[in-house]
Amino acid sequence: MSDTFILIPGRTSKQGCGISEGKYGENYQSEVNTLQVSPSDMERLALSDGDRVRLKGEHGEIDVAIKAAKKGELPSGMLFIAYGDMSSRLMGGDTHGSGMPTSKGLDVELTVLK
Amino acid sequence: MSIPEATPETKVVKDATCTFCGCVCDDIDLTVEGTHIVDAKRACVLGNSWFLNHEVDDRPSCHVDGQPADLEVGIERAARILVDANYPLIYGLSDTTSESQRVVVGIADWIGGIVDTTTSVCHGPSGMAFQGVGEVTCSLGEVRNRADMVMFWGSNPAESHPRHFTKYSLMPKGMFLPNGRKDRTCVIVDVRKTKSAKAADIFVQIKPRRDFEGLWTLRALAQGIELDPETVEQDTGVPIATWQDLMDRMKAAKFGVIFFGMGLTMTRGKHANSEALLALTRDMNRHTRFTCKPNRGHGNVTGADNVVAWRTGYPFGVNLTRGYPRFNPGEYTASDVLARGEADAAMIIASDPMANFSQPARTHLASIPYIAFDPKETPTTRSAAVAFTVATYGINVPGTVYRMDDVPIPLRPAFESPHPSDFEILSRIKRRVRELQAGPVRVV
Ligand code: SF4
Repeated sequence: MSDTFILIPGRTSKQGCGISEGKYGENYQSEVNTLQVSPSDMERLALSDGDRVRLKGEHGEIDVAIKAAKKGELPSGMLFIAYGDMSSRLMGGDTHGSGMPTSKGLDVELTVLK
Repeated sequence: MSIPEATPETKVVKDATCTFCGCVCDDIDLTVEGTHIVDAKRACVLGNSWFLNHEVDDRPSCHVDGQPADLEVGIERAARILVDANYPLIYGLSDTTSESQRVVVGIADWIGGIVDTTTSVCHGPSGMAFQGVGEVTCSLGEVRNRADMVMFWGSNPAESHPRHFTKYSLMPKGMFLPNGRKDRTCVIVDVRKTKSAKAADIFVQIKPRRDFEGLWTLRALAQGIELDPETVEQDTGVPIATWQDLMDRMKAAKFGVIFFGMGLTMTRGKHANSEALLALTRDMNRHTRFTCKPNRGHGNVTGADNVVAWRTGYPFGVNLTRGYPRFNPGEYTASDVLARGEADAAMIIASDPMANFSQPARTHLASIPYIAFDPKETPTTRSAAVAFTVATYGINVPGTVYRMDDVPIPLRPAFESPHPSDFEILSRIKRRVRELQAGPVRVV
C-alpha cells in the first residue's frame, strides 16, 4: 500500500557542516540519506525512527531510512529530506526552459519497506 | 572567548573572510597553528565547520584517469580535451575567486564553449526575472541600518546563512533602528515551520507550490483590489485576513525588505515566482520604500554572476560557440546541455554535479571526458578524466569574492597550501589552449 506526499528537499545545518567535514563522512551521509516524516504521519502509518521506506516520483525512486520531524515543523502530508544524492535522484532532466530542474515540491508515493 | 596571545607557532589572522555562504562574513578572527585552524572567532556553526575541518588533503594535486599524475601531464590532457571538443561545457565557479572566474570565461571564449555557473540551479530563475522586471534592491548595510520590516520568503537562513539575522537583518542596532530587534517586524513565509520561523513575529504557512498565488494576492491587495476570500484561502492555504494584515504592515513600514530563497526558484513556477516577488516589491514603492534580495548560497556565486556578466553581458548559461555570447536558460544551461546529451566534454570548477544533478545529466557527464577542480574528493572528482586537488579559496588562496548584495570583499588567507590554486592551473590551461590553437610553430 502506498501513500501520496509532497517532498521538500532543502538545506540543513547538519548537511552544511557535513560538506566541510567531507561528503563521504558519516554526518553528511546520514543527513542526506534520512527522510523526515511528520509525527502525525508516523503515527498514522505505524512507523518508527530507522524504518525504511521507498519514495517513487515521476523521474525515479529511492530507498531511505526515516526519522520523525520535530513537532510542528512539518505539516501532515509533507516530507523533508536534506539536499544530496538521494533528493537529486528524484529530479527530472527537463528544466521547463529555466535551467533549473523542479527540485522542491515533488509528488512522491511512499511505500513502507518491510 | 578571547584570542590567545600570538606565539611563534600560533598565528592570528584578524578579519578573515568566511566563504561558506553568501553572507561572506569578513570579521572572523582565526587562530592558526601550522596548517590547522584551531579557532574561528565569531563564525557560526557552518563557518566553524568550514574553518576547523579544513585539512590539507594529502592526495596528489593531479589525477589523470584516476591515477596520480604530474601537474604538467594533467594540464596538457585538460587543454587537449577542451580544444578537441565540439561542444564543451564549463560549469561551477561559485566556490572560487573572481580572479579564477575571469580566467574561466576567457577559456570558454577561446574554445567556443558554454559557460554556466551554479546560479542556474539556485537563483537562475531569479536572474531571468531580474531581466524581465528589474530588481529594487539595496545593500545588507542598508538593511542593517534601515529595515524595519524584514521578510523571508521560501528561505531558511537559520540553517543556510546562520549569521544573517545577527549580522545584517534582524538583531543589529542600526542608524535608524536604535533598539535593534525591537524596532523590526520579521515575517517568514514558508511551506513548513522551519528553524527560521521560530525567530519570526509572523509566520505565514503557505500551501506547497502556491507561492505565485500568494504573491499575486499581495499584489492585488497592494492595489486595493477586492478578492474572493474563499478562492484566496483555497488557492494559498492562508485566510485573506492574514494576507490583508500582512499588506497593512508592509504599507506601514518605513523600509521593507524581502529576502527570497530557493523555495521560490526550485518550485513549480520558478522564474514566474521570482518575477511575482520582484513585481510586488516594485509595487510596494508606491506606498513606502521596499526592496528585495535573493539569499545567495555559495560564498562567491554572486561573484560568478558579476564576472560572467561583465565579461559576456549575461550572468549565466552563456553560449560562446559562435564567437559572440548568446543567453538562453533551458537551452544553454548545464543541467539541460547534459541531460539532453549534447556536451561532448566538460570542465567543472568547484561544484559537484555528479551528486546534485538529475540522473540523465549525471549519466551523460559520466560518459564524456571532463576535468574537475576541487579541494576535496567528491563524486565529481572521482569520475573525472583529469582531477585537480586545489588550494581552498579564502583559507589558502587570496583574491576577491562578492557578498550576496554584490559588495566585493577581499580574502585574507590563513596559510599556504601545498596544492596549487585553481587560478594557477586555469591560467596554465588557458595558455596551453592558446598554444594548441595556434598550431605548431613553423620555421620559415
Ligand atoms: S553566516 Fe555564512 S559567511 Fe558568515 S560565518 Fe556563517 S557560514 Fe560563514
